[in-house]
Amino acid sequence: MTGPGEGAPLAEAAPEAAPAPRAGRRGAGPRSIASRLMENRWAGLAGLAVALLAPFVNATPYALSVMTSAAIFVMLAAGLNIVVGYCGLLDLGYIAFFAVGAYTSGVLSTRLGLPLIATLPAVLVVTVIAGLVIGAPTLRLRSDYLAIVTLGFGEIIRVTATNLDVTGGPSGIYGIPGLTGGPVSFYYLTVLVVAVAVVGAARLGRSRLGRAWRFVREDEDAAEAMGVHTYKVKMAAYVAGAIWGGLAGVLFGAHLSAVSPGSFTFLQSALVLMAVVLGGMGSIRGVVVGAVVVSLLPELLRDLADYRYVAFGVLLIIVMLVRPQGLWPARPGEVPK
Amino acid sequence: MSQLVWNGLFVGSFYALVALGYSMVYGIIKLLNFAHGDLYMLGAFVGFAVLGAAGGVSAAMALPLLLLVLMLTMGVTGLAGVALERVAYRRLRGAPRLSLLITAVGASFALEYGMRAAAGADPRVYPVRLGGTTLEVLGARVTLQQLTLVAVAVLLMIGLNLLVTRSREGRAMRAVALDPKAAALMGIDVDAIISRTFFLGSALAGAAGVMAGAHYGKIDFMMGFLIGLKAFTAAVIGGIGNIPGTMLGGLLLGLLESFGTFWLGGEWRDVFAFGVLILFLTVRPTGLLGERVTERV
Repeated sequence: MTGPGEGAPLAEAAPEAAPAPRAGRRGAGPRSIASRLMENRWAGLAGLAVALLAPFVNATPYALSVMTSAAIFVMLAAGLNIVVGYCGLLDLGYIAFFAVGAYTSGVLSTRLGLPLIATLPAVLVVTVIAGLVIGAPTLRLRSDYLAIVTLGFGEIIRVTATNLDVTGGPSGIYGIPGLTGGPVSFYYLTVLVVAVAVVGAARLGRSRLGRAWRFVREDEDAAEAMGVHTYKVKMAAYVAGAIWGGLAGVLFGAHLSAVSPGSFTFLQSALVLMAVVLGGMGSIRGVVVGAVVVSLLPELLRDLADYRYVAFGVLLIIVMLVRPQGLWPARPGEVPK
Repeated sequence: MSQLVWNGLFVGSFYALVALGYSMVYGIIKLLNFAHGDLYMLGAFVGFAVLGAAGGVSAAMALPLLLLVLMLTMGVTGLAGVALERVAYRRLRGAPRLSLLITAVGASFALEYGMRAAAGADPRVYPVRLGGTTLEVLGARVTLQQLTLVAVAVLLMIGLNLLVTRSREGRAMRAVALDPKAAALMGIDVDAIISRTFFLGSALAGAAGVMAGAHYGKIDFMMGFLIGLKAFTAAVIGGIGNIPGTMLGGLLLGLLESFGTFWLGGEWRDVFAFGVLILFLTVRPTGLLGERVTERV
């Protein structure tokens, strides 16, 4: 915000996304094919098709459970991408909204016997309130304050859930009713909801509000000078992220039929952030791929449990140093020149 | 009552030590070093390793040995802080702030889980525990070891304050914090000064880590996470970037927590601390002693 070099964080950092002549910097052939594939408009549909066909390849309960979790994780990453990727606000306690959603729906459905779907309005209200409570004092301040306050907020939610009786204390709530009959239909429902959420986030990113978000991300002062109400716009991003996280939390509760504070640690927040950063901040396709990679990789690397989080931390640093735009950056049309 | 005050001051002196590093680094390059709490954790483990290597110690020698280990650890964590800045932060100094923050999160993550891979996930028991002779001071029960630790913390803070306000080095630091470009034009080696700031801040965090290990008796790889948050809260309360303010903030947070725990119960202590943080950010984001800073475009 202070130096002249900080004006265009993502714009200058996207050599591959530039038009063809510049794409050949590191050998024209494979690069340009890769980037053409990346810019293919059917990539999203192809991804959806893969998700829909996956149960036909492997439908063991374990595989289905892993895939459902991955889909929910994609929704989380899409929500965090609104906050971090589009608007440039670092949220380190994003999992708190996930927890708020999961707990609100879980408590209402187990204590009052409501079907899960009927708890959605309450979940929306509570997550929006949570977003406003945290956003209101901090979004007026420098962005780094937001980062650490959200980190504290994540802890507050977890500690509160551990201490309150209504949330079941350290053991959490169990016996949350499912949304559908079996794991297969629940998987398809999840994929459907997540697909809508991802497309919704992408459309939001291309809307007038989305342009305002990116403007704020690139240069908040200039945005303000151009008449963008930066506080409101940031708040909108923050609350949108909260809603995405809360709804993902409902799916999470329905998937596991139990929630406990142990699922909502800083580690989880950091993993969602990892997915967004790895895939490419502000690039919805990249974020989806990043989320799938980050959620499936630990399943594949179970033997290396001790080292995989070290690797994630190191990878975060390396990505930021070497390729800040992520593996699959936003399309050139979305990147202001 | 006086027991609560004493407990608060005691914990507060740890917070202040860790918060100082946060505050100094923030003051000089405007970066919230998320890995700072993990340097505190690293300090505790380095102290643990050195003490373990030293073997059995008689109770009489515990205190001098601990002080020696403290010095050694401060050197190690200081160098770790310098290395961290060199590898992860320096190249991104001109980059958008978001990248720098994410790098800091990555560094914190790598340190935490690196330590978990190296030392295991279970808490370790510190090999040295200072035997406490209890004294009664104004109705509060104070052990000799607590007094020693607070005295060490106070000495370190006084030393730091003298260094920053009186020495040539400290003048250079303040100059870089004010305006790095102008400082560079005046012939100050900005990179070297930033390195030294990281060294000092990380060394203080390491010292706090060893002291916490010796006091609480248990250390684990996540111990830096919460104290990092608390230290940030302390720095914000006092005024981030302002050294006397940060010390004051640490002590104040310790006191607030001590009383908050008394009123609300121990399980709400952390929630209370963050509540205070959010309150301060709303009402007085510059902290008690911080000056109003206008952002230049």
